[in-house]
Amino acid sequence: MLVLLRYEFILVALIVIFLLAWLIPGKSEDRSLSLFWINVLLFINFLFGFIPVEEGVLFNNMFYTNEAIGVQKMLLNFGALIISLQAYDWLKSNRNAFEFYLLLISTLLGMFFMISARNLLMLYVGLEMATLPLAALAAFETDSKRSAESGIKLILNSVLSSAIFLFGLALLYGETGSLHFSDMAGKLTGNPDGYRDTTLSLLLVFTGFGFKISIVPFHLWTADVYEGAPVSITSYLSVISKSSVVFVFISFLYIALKNMAPLWIPFLMVTSVLTMTLGNIFALRQQNMKRFLAFSSIAQAGYILIGILGASALGMSSVIFFVLIYIFSNLGAFGVVSVISAQTGKENLDDYKGMYHTNPMLSLLLLLSMFSLAGVPPTAGFFGKLFMLMAAAGKGYYILILIAALNMIISLYYYLRIIKSMFMDKSESPIAYFRSSIYSRIALVICFAGIILTGFFSGIFDYFYSISFGI
Amino acid sequence: MPAESNMLLAFIFIPLLTLLCLLAVKDLNRIRWISAAGMGLQLLNAIHLLVQFLIERSSGNLDPVLFEIQEEWYTAIRISLHFGVDGISVVMVVLTAIVTFAGIFASWTVSYWTKEFYFSLILLSMASFGFFISLDLFTLFFFYELAVIPMYLLIGIWGSGTKEYAAMKLTLMLMGGSALLMVGLLGLYFYSDPTGTNYTFDMLKIASVKIPIDAQRFFFPLIFVGFGIIGALFPLHTWSPDGHSAAPTAASMVHAGVLMKLGGYGCLKVATMLLPEAANEMSWIFIVLATAGVIYGAYTTIIQTDLKYINAYSSVSHCALVLLGICMLNRTAMTGAVLQMFSHGVMTALFFSLIGMIYERSHTRDITRMGGLLKVIPYLGTVYIIAGLCSLGLPGFSGFVAEITVFIGAFQNDDMFHRVATIIATTSIVVTAVYILRVVGIFLLGPVAHEEYHSLKDARWFERVATVTLLSAIVIVGIYPFWFSDMIYESLGGVVMNLGR
Repeated sequence: MLVLLRYEFILVALIVIFLLAWLIPGKSEDRSLSLFWINVLLFINFLFGFIPVEEGVLFNNMFYTNEAIGVQKMLLNFGALIISLQAYDWLKSNRNAFEFYLLLISTLLGMFFMISARNLLMLYVGLEMATLPLAALAAFETDSKRSAESGIKLILNSVLSSAIFLFGLALLYGETGSLHFSDMAGKLTGNPDGYRDTTLSLLLVFTGFGFKISIVPFHLWTADVYEGAPVSITSYLSVISKSSVVFVFISFLYIALKNMAPLWIPFLMVTSVLTMTLGNIFALRQQNMKRFLAFSSIAQAGYILIGILGASALGMSSVIFFVLIYIFSNLGAFGVVSVISAQTGKENLDDYKGMYHTNPMLSLLLLLSMFSLAGVPPTAGFFGKLFMLMAAAGKGYYILILIAALNMIISLYYYLRIIKSMFMDKSESPIAYFRSSIYSRIALVICFAGIILTGFFSGIFDYFYSISFGI
Repeated sequence: MPAESNMLLAFIFIPLLTLLCLLAVKDLNRIRWISAAGMGLQLLNAIHLLVQFLIERSSGNLDPVLFEIQEEWYTAIRISLHFGVDGISVVMVVLTAIVTFAGIFASWTVSYWTKEFYFSLILLSMASFGFFISLDLFTLFFFYELAVIPMYLLIGIWGSGTKEYAAMKLTLMLMGGSALLMVGLLGLYFYSDPTGTNYTFDMLKIASVKIPIDAQRFFFPLIFVGFGIIGALFPLHTWSPDGHSAAPTAASMVHAGVLMKLGGYGCLKVATMLLPEAANEMSWIFIVLATAGVIYGAYTTIIQTDLKYINAYSSVSHCALVLLGICMLNRTAMTGAVLQMFSHGVMTALFFSLIGMIYERSHTRDITRMGGLLKVIPYLGTVYIIAGLCSLGLPGFSGFVAEITVFIGAFQNDDMFHRVATIIATTSIVVTAVYILRVVGIFLLGPVAHEEYHSLKDARWFERVATVTLLSAIVIVGIYPFWFSDMIYESLGGVVMNLGR
């Protein structure tokens, strides 16, 4: 049990350590030393992921783990580490830094249980555990009205979606008599009579997932929450939280609903087209960088759905691969926004004008991140997107990928807008040169290297492919 | 790995090393000389490749692809780094090397963010090299997109006029083309193996597979239009005049000279070769469009007064002739098309470099505000006239060889439709003569328009290097066309065989 729950136990240990450290009196003013050790612990936590994972089940088949799930957890650990590094500038002057990490690690723990869930109830518990601390995190800046608003919006929407999800879950239980994925797969065999009964319940369950991945039409909370929350939380929401739900969504679809593919494929097709199109259209006119990245991340969710639609080992591995790349590129973008916000408080696109003159390295990283999000070579994003579309092409959905490809052109327009702002526009008062902390710079260099190199080291994708499965 | 294969890899590694060296230096002169040295080495490498290729062929090596090198890349989905060249690729590689080398010297005076400028330019050229030597559709597509993106920065940062609009328009239209292309290439992948197990992006393998005709009908237009957009396929050519006129000199040179050739090359070696049945069925659509492009481009040029727009529209006309040659689907016309790609590449690069140099002196590109320039800058003026003569197809220059081959090939199709299209397209020769002579007459000949023109200096040494390089290519191909045309002709065997299967 200790071995199978390794990832979770380490996180629990971290939580305990943080709690105890919190109780130590004194030195409340200078947080830099404690932040250093926290980051070291998170790094060790990430390194533990490299120890091979055994396959196994626990808790009456509710909890399942294998190599693929280990990799997914490791990716989330990795993302959390980068976010923690990026948050340094912001946290070093914050009295509640420990609380931040307590909440952060708790959500991560919830996500780990969720990813490992092979039972809908377990999944629900994990989902809630991942979401509730997030609302507290979104409202973390206690003296900011916008932050409080963002927390309230997140919690209300989460509760609503959870309620819908639970209702669907109850209906599914009524129909199949089980909440275990494998048992459900046997009951949900997809004969036409079964469709009528299960369509509604599945739709409700999908709604629950849809809220968390923020796919259209369940995306309305995203932009407001992203804008109001502190940048670190926004990046956590858009990368880690989203990816974890994507992982478990894949398991649910590929295992529990493997015989229902004719039902969920059209659903996913429609939502993916809506998601990327609306996400892109709304992103076109955003001025605030966080809102902009919010809509861009909605559009990215649309592309992820296309990868899931591949319903093959290629589909699953391409999504995992994309998540890795997405961690690099989106956290690279958020990292730049985050250090600029921490240093100058500026978050608008207009403030970025002429930035290449004053902050060339930050501008170059943001340029690469934008190219990677847009899927342009030589950045890793090119490979990530192409493989997801390839997975869908394998099933013959050529019209769908044509729509996706045209959507990428729209998205290229607004990503290029950022680049234009930094490199071509002139500004009276560009953001002055500044040096960010060593932590942020480490995080940014990791993102930089990841964006450039991930695509060329094919071994990573080949490994993901070898641990993936399809229908 | 045999030595000949290293030669191909060098086409990617030499620019890559140059880029890395560029990152390390700050001094203006070092930046220039590192770029020049890197691209000079690349030019030597290209000539070496040409010679080696001719030696191999004359020693009786009839493999369709020479100097092949293959390394596994993404093993799980069978993507490999597969490089190799046939005659067409060699010609295109030589073209790229010549134009980039000249481009480095033509932009000697760039002083704003010089390092970034050369970096983008060499990246652009590296992508083109990679494109032409790729035998794997994945890497081919990778290099294709890689070539488009630096153009945005080159135009947007160093351009002139409505540069931001032009940069955005060009990038979005070309990436739109690549969106269509991506769908088509993924389609080819999943039809590359009828048994459904060993899908591949390998062009040589796909060429031997007969893809079902229904699938071909869907993918052929996607791929042909996708490549066609960058080859200025009418009516999707509109990025070209805006983009080329706003771009800085060297970017226009490489873009019009090399990047537009990516389109023709792809239409020929991907669309037509891999989907021959659909090409036979649907080529008429593109013949209509290409003919329209030839005529439209030529007539539009007549009324332009901006030197760059003149060259951009005449490029539309000349590039449409490339597509027309390909769509005629016979060996002679296709040979002509590839020759035209080379000829137009060096010629248009020469034009753009001259326009840049003239603009630096006269500070206007409007021909009606200039006059008598031949008297004050005789060297540049003479070279412009020579380029013009090449453009209107005077024997002795590459333009003549290329156009006449296209038209002879086109006329071999003896049905009414092809004949009419050919005859209409041929009239462009006359129109070309009209606009070239008109332009030369207005701004080079006649009385000197402004007093201050008398103080203008003629070409400096780096400008002479750029122009002489391009000029010699035009003349060599004009006088000894058979070196190239034989190489191209025999390399078209695979395409023609596929078309007849």
